[in-house]
Amino acid sequence: MRGIVGFGAYVPYHRLQRSAIGAALGAGGGRGTRAVASYDEDATSMAVEAARNLFRSADLPTPAALSFCSATPPYLDKTNATTIHAALDLPGNVLATDMAGSARSVAGAVSAALHDQRPVLVTAGDVRSGRPGSTDESSLGDAAAAVLIADDSAEAPVLAEWIGAGTATAEFLDRWRTPGWAHSRVWEERFGESVYRQLVADAAEDAFKSSEISAADLDLAIIAGLHGRALRSAPAAAGLGAVPAAEDLTPEIGNTGSAHGLVALCHALDTAEPGQILALVTLADGVDITFWRTTEAVRDHTSHAPVRAQIDNGNDGLAYATFLTWRGFLDREPPRRPDPVPPAAPPSFRNNDWKYALKGSRDRETGMVHMPPQRVALGGNTDDSELVSMADVEATVATYTIDRLAYSPSPPTIAVVIDFDGGGRFRSELTDAAVDEVEIGMRVSMTFRRFLTADGVHNYFWKATPIRD
Amino acid sequence: MGQRGIKDQVAIVGMGCTQFGEHWDRSVDDMVIEAAHAAYDSAGIVQDDVDAFWVGTLGSGTSGLTISKPLKIDYKPVTRVENMCATGSEAFRNAAYAVASGAFDLVMAIGVEKLKDNGMSGLVGAPLPDDGTRANITAPASFSLLAPAYANKYGVEEDRMKEVLTRIAWKNHYNGARNSRAQFQSEVSKEKIASAPLIAGQLGVFDCSGVSDGSAAAILCRAEDAHKYTDNPIYIKALAFTSGPGAGPLDPDYDYTTFHEVSRCAEDAYAQAGVTDPRAEIAMAEVHDCFTPTELVLMEDLGFADRGTAWQEVLDGTFDLDGELPVNPDGGLKSFGHPIGASGLRMLFECWLQLRGEAPEERRIRSLDEGKKLAMTHNLGGGPGECVSFASIVGSELG
Repeated sequence: MRGIVGFGAYVPYHRLQRSAIGAALGAGGGRGTRAVASYDEDATSMAVEAARNLFRSADLPTPAALSFCSATPPYLDKTNATTIHAALDLPGNVLATDMAGSARSVAGAVSAALHDQRPVLVTAGDVRSGRPGSTDESSLGDAAAAVLIADDSAEAPVLAEWIGAGTATAEFLDRWRTPGWAHSRVWEERFGESVYRQLVADAAEDAFKSSEISAADLDLAIIAGLHGRALRSAPAAAGLGAVPAAEDLTPEIGNTGSAHGLVALCHALDTAEPGQILALVTLADGVDITFWRTTEAVRDHTSHAPVRAQIDNGNDGLAYATFLTWRGFLDREPPRRPDPVPPAAPPSFRNNDWKYALKGSRDRETGMVHMPPQRVALGGNTDDSELVSMADVEATVATYTIDRLAYSPSPPTIAVVIDFDGGGRFRSELTDAAVDEVEIGMRVSMTFRRFLTADGVHNYFWKATPIRD
Repeated sequence: MGQRGIKDQVAIVGMGCTQFGEHWDRSVDDMVIEAAHAAYDSAGIVQDDVDAFWVGTLGSGTSGLTISKPLKIDYKPVTRVENMCATGSEAFRNAAYAVASGAFDLVMAIGVEKLKDNGMSGLVGAPLPDDGTRANITAPASFSLLAPAYANKYGVEEDRMKEVLTRIAWKNHYNGARNSRAQFQSEVSKEKIASAPLIAGQLGVFDCSGVSDGSAAAILCRAEDAHKYTDNPIYIKALAFTSGPGAGPLDPDYDYTTFHEVSRCAEDAYAQAGVTDPRAEIAMAEVHDCFTPTELVLMEDLGFADRGTAWQEVLDGTFDLDGELPVNPDGGLKSFGHPIGASGLRMLFECWLQLRGEAPEERRIRSLDEGKKLAMTHNLGGGPGECVSFASIVGSELG
């Protein structure tokens, strides 16, 4: 039996109320909210957080391969998956590759993982934007998800068994964006809808043929894709009209593009009962369908960060002007300070364990934990330390200040001095927090973020963020 | 301990100091020439009498050429030093050691910094290539961590703490208003200080030192030669310097209410000078008031007030111009700004003026009239828990 042995989603903290768009522009917007990646997040950093949520949910095997799927990859030429690989502290013999460029990549990555024989981690993340006032801007959203696909084992039982798949591929112009464009274009929606209607039917026929199940056996259908109109007509076209639809997350977080199908799948698995059969239908330049049957193990599974909890934990106080600033659509006056400089490649490479995996040092003589790692510890006289992983260790704010002068895309910055449980002090930036929220004694955890981009180099590192129950 | 010091071995026999400010009309070279020639004139010498030179600058030049070219120094040793915000004091310290060693008869220490040519707000460093993981925290934010930590530890209410910090800024502006070399020469009301826009934490604009250009210089010789140059030399009693392990950002026991570097440095300075009760023996101190909470904490680290009491002493006026122990009688960094390389020597210049009775009447300190004969300068470079510290003690008499 092969299937999903672990899953995790990441929904960023911020929400934009769609009504804020209409209020500012006089038109557009709508009801509900969309999830917004903070100014210090991107598809890669969110994929890291999704994978961390996955691995913090259970004791899982190390994947043999990792793929990162995104239509909004932070880098071209340079592999983004290697950043995720480093942040997850995976061994060097784990293959890390991008399957990037289009939303369909996820279907390919999942298919490749299913046809592998080793544990394979599939991550997906998107930061979706549109022109101010556009449907894309209000209807899309930002999120990431990760699934670990492996053979069943006693240590890591399959939670959702893969029981079939179907595909229909076609070349047609639905949604496109040439490299360098900030926004997508779409052809007249009714054209795409008509093409998808046939493709959905073809893929469903293919899937049912391969799996020996029928539509009547299905307990839940998850329909994902960026073509809103086609999503609505797809179930009927696939003969799934009678199958209960998965909860529509788009009113609260928007359509999160490449990530959306897996986010919805994570949400379904968070609440699934054993023995349920789920269909994941993805519309993206063709249609890909996978069928999954939940196992007894799903009953005992508890997510570190369930999708519903993350959605409910959001903060919808984001101002539209701030959203536009974060996205780079509002060219604001910078502080009269030097432009930020990019990290240099050699020291970043030398310090991979620190910069990406957040490893501190523990002195073998004194036991002192230091961040960043120190070869010689305070009060020690020997050059004898070992690395210790701090990424999942929680901490307490010892003191803090509000820095109104520091360069930030979203000033002011909150600087905190934090003490980690079990030892280790670190001076960090506090993110996803309000100035009037921080206090001495506040409990924080670490989150992987993109600090800035300078000369085209994304500077990834870790920040503290409040633990919100 | 091998730290012996050079008490009474070296004298200062001449000094010069430019006006500090936004010198749009003066270059680094102009300021160096102005300070150096004022120092030569003060000692009654010409440049060719000087055997060696030390120049302190953080970023306004590299190498001895920084001063040898504009001054047209005649192929003599010129050493450029840098030690963050203690750079000017470091030039002074090394020049003094060179004289004490017997290697040179007459030397000059000069500091210079031009901060106002880069068009930026605040201080601008030249970051080294790194891995991008350094905390993104500005100097005011880093020092602002002191205020709530101090208030919390000693039970000072937030409003009272603001009053204390405000009074430090008010006092230093009061002193600077009586100094024609200061960048800011006006008194500032407490109300204006307290209601200024916030920069970091509790700190408003007036809790931060200014940004300026300036230069200062000192001529040094062996103590026994001092009277060849002046009737009123001042003598070096102590030169102390500490550079610590940077424990603050690493050590959970560090509580942001002290600079360990400073207290250790002060202990050393007092030992060298034979000072056992600094509060009673020191006539005045020029300290590194980069931000108001820094000056507050320094009063305790330098032993001028018991732990947890400096805030009350500040409110009581102990460190005012007419107080028991005047601190920053020239106006401090608050009134002078902080041209890094020049600041330490600018502090020494005030000691020079006060100990020789040359400070203008309106800012002359009365503690000298009580028979006190020692003055102190102090710099720190870096931030809380991770800094270098310098302290000197100078006196108007030998012994």
